[in-house]
Amino acid sequence: MHEMAIANSVLEAVRTEMGLHPGTYPCKVGVRIGEMAAIDQEALRFCFEAITLETDLESLELEIEVCPRRHRCQVCRRDFVVRDYDSRCPQCTSLETTCISGDELELAYLEVEEYGASTAGAKSTQ
Amino acid sequence: MERVLLERKVLSENDRIAAELRARFQEHGILCLNLISSPGSGKTSLLERSLESLPRQDRVAVLTGDIQTENDANRLKRFHFPVKQITTGGTCHLDARMIERHLADWRLEDLDLLLIENVGNLVCPASYDLGEAAKIVVLSVTEGEDKPLKYPSIFFKSDLLILNKIDLLPYVPFDIDAAVDNARKVHPEMEIVKVSCLTGNGLQEWMKWLEQRRTAYKSLLQETAS
Repeated sequence: MHEMAIANSVLEAVRTEMGLHPGTYPCKVGVRIGEMAAIDQEALRFCFEAITLETDLESLELEIEVCPRRHRCQVCRRDFVVRDYDSRCPQCTSLETTCISGDELELAYLEVEEYGASTAGAKSTQ
Repeated sequence: MERVLLERKVLSENDRIAAELRARFQEHGILCLNLISSPGSGKTSLLERSLESLPRQDRVAVLTGDIQTENDANRLKRFHFPVKQITTGGTCHLDARMIERHLADWRLEDLDLLLIENVGNLVCPASYDLGEAAKIVVLSVTEGEDKPLKYPSIFFKSDLLILNKIDLLPYVPFDIDAAVDNARKVHPEMEIVKVSCLTGNGLQEWMKWLEQRRTAYKSLLQETAS
């Protein structure tokens, strides 16, 4: 259960980034999580809500994109998604494949809105 | 509405410190290994048996992590190598900052091998880079052969699987071939060593692995330097 630490890191990154965008507030932060990253999505959402509750970032939405484990075949160079731990190349059946993604734990984007541009979610007094 | 691309790691601060540690380890020629398992799989026993068989003049140090108590450090100190306990106070994993802090008063130029025993947990330690050259996962035969499938991340990220407590195989319904298959399903290139820290069975193979890693690491550093 380290999702609280992860949620805190996401929030810290948002606050740092917001320093670069004066006159705006953050609406949504997108994170990318690989299926091999050992992060429980629901726990992360829960922790994120808990630490933003009743703060200036209460309206900040967390969007999680789950990335499957992908391998590349060393023989025919095909990229494919590994399902049920079967890392054999679906094209040429080679077992010589290497992992190219699936353990991401990345900040993808932040959506910011100018104060006064929209009323949804805006906190007017900061 | 404006979308700003961030494209960086969530744990970038941890990763930054881990990268610094890795560079320092390389500079001083220290092979750092991060041992991970469930609580009670035998990480400390494996370290005891390892320290016991290493020559006294060997330049080895151990950092051992737990949520509370100095018990593990006390067990390991009797082998006369530098040992330090990291008590996390509740955190379920070690992070790079803890390693940095606990290394502060050791002279890295006096070390060749740093063994880190992580907090007993098959999940969270997988996410935190400690600057190690390799992760090692320990699984004992009392735990169930499907652990690699249930906790794939750590098996995926570890170079070596140590299957411990093989002396208990006659008494527990553990299918060791299935455990090996499951580990290789998650991580086809994984190396696997079967040991009993109680009887000493298989430990020679583990010590051989360790020795080979140390030699390979040294040659790698020499190649990069030249």
